[in-house]
Amino acid sequence: MTPAPSPTATTEDPKRLAEFEARIARGETIEPKDWMPEKYRRQLVRMMSQHAHSELVGMLPEANWITRAPSLRRKMSLMAKVQDEAGHGLYIYCGTETLGVDRHDLTNQLLAGTAKYSSIFNYPTLTWADIGAVGWLVDGAAIVNQTMLAKASYGPYARAMVRICKEENFHKRQGFEIMSILSAGTPEQHAMAQDALDRWWWPSLMMFGPHDKDSPNSDELLRWGIKKKSNDELRQRFVNLTVGQAKAINLTIPDPGMKFNEATKNWEFSDINWDDFWRVVKGDGPCNRERLAARRSAHANGEWVRAAAEAHAQKHARKESAA
Amino acid sequence: MSSGTDNQGPLWEVFLQPPNGGAHEHAGSVHAPDAEMALQNARDVYARRSEAVSIWVVPSGAITASTPEDMGPFFEPGNDKPYRHPQFYKVPQGVRFS
Repeated sequence: MTPAPSPTATTEDPKRLAEFEARIARGETIEPKDWMPEKYRRQLVRMMSQHAHSELVGMLPEANWITRAPSLRRKMSLMAKVQDEAGHGLYIYCGTETLGVDRHDLTNQLLAGTAKYSSIFNYPTLTWADIGAVGWLVDGAAIVNQTMLAKASYGPYARAMVRICKEENFHKRQGFEIMSILSAGTPEQHAMAQDALDRWWWPSLMMFGPHDKDSPNSDELLRWGIKKKSNDELRQRFVNLTVGQAKAINLTIPDPGMKFNEATKNWEFSDINWDDFWRVVKGDGPCNRERLAARRSAHANGEWVRAAAEAHAQKHARKESAA
Repeated sequence: MSSGTDNQGPLWEVFLQPPNGGAHEHAGSVHAPDAEMALQNARDVYARRSEAVSIWVVPSGAITASTPEDMGPFFEPGNDKPYRHPQFYKVPQGVRFS
């Protein structure tokens, strides 16, 4: 639909800004044609496009295991999950386009390596248990984040999240089932599940982003209702949910310092290694280059499909105009 | 890499009718070179879990929408006529209407 007009001035009209913030405070939803501060629009484009890119890149570590899934049931589930991730990417790109951005430009930014996506996908999926850990932890963390975003102030983003949240629960449950069965299997299978949890635990906690005090965008995102909860609040909620799940399938969270705080009812965890986080964000994770190369190759290999679709449409258009 | 050419196709708005007999409702949008492929893409993107019994796709540019600036005056005729609502009318206590 028609994008919102974007003001050219860097300073917003204080009256319109006050009206806008009053709408946010009343819990109203902002729609594409409504007036919005340029900075709100830019924050949304930044956040939504990174989110959409993450869905697309997120297909890669899992697609890696489709051909080696241990049974037909697992293979069908994994293919359906990977297809969902493509769909999720498209829902969010479509939301971003309501802000006057062309999906084509976003695709090019991703392929050129100038766009960010979630760092979690720059870690490798080394064993089958990693597919379990990704579904359980990575999708589990994503659900915590997206459930919050489903109440975001921007209508098209919130509505895309509602659709996504309905589908993510299948992702998490299939991952948890994989982990649960491996954990109850042979000693080797149990060790494989524990190893996957050991490697994915800390990167999953980092998915929520830096601590609130180190998160430059947080204040604005919270004030304008793009986010409803802070990074640290969401991370704590994820940890609290996951402790019981790990216990239920007899796996140990790799944090010996973890303890329950009776007063706050929170599971307190040890310090996160932020050096590792920033290293991966800045491009030096184990798989950054591999992921981009795979995405570029997938896009290039799909070129003939897009060209054929375009040619087919043109041929039919000519036939119709001749008739 | 085809970063120079834009062959994603134009934008189409997607409307789904749910199986429970409701009306078509806006779901999102897809890119496709023509209407037929837009329908197929819409099915793959928005109806993987029996969400729809019917899909409409409409070229995004073909939609004419009211604007937020119109909001007040445009909807005014409906806002100041409470007598269009049943609550406007008094009925004797104890009479069942439904």
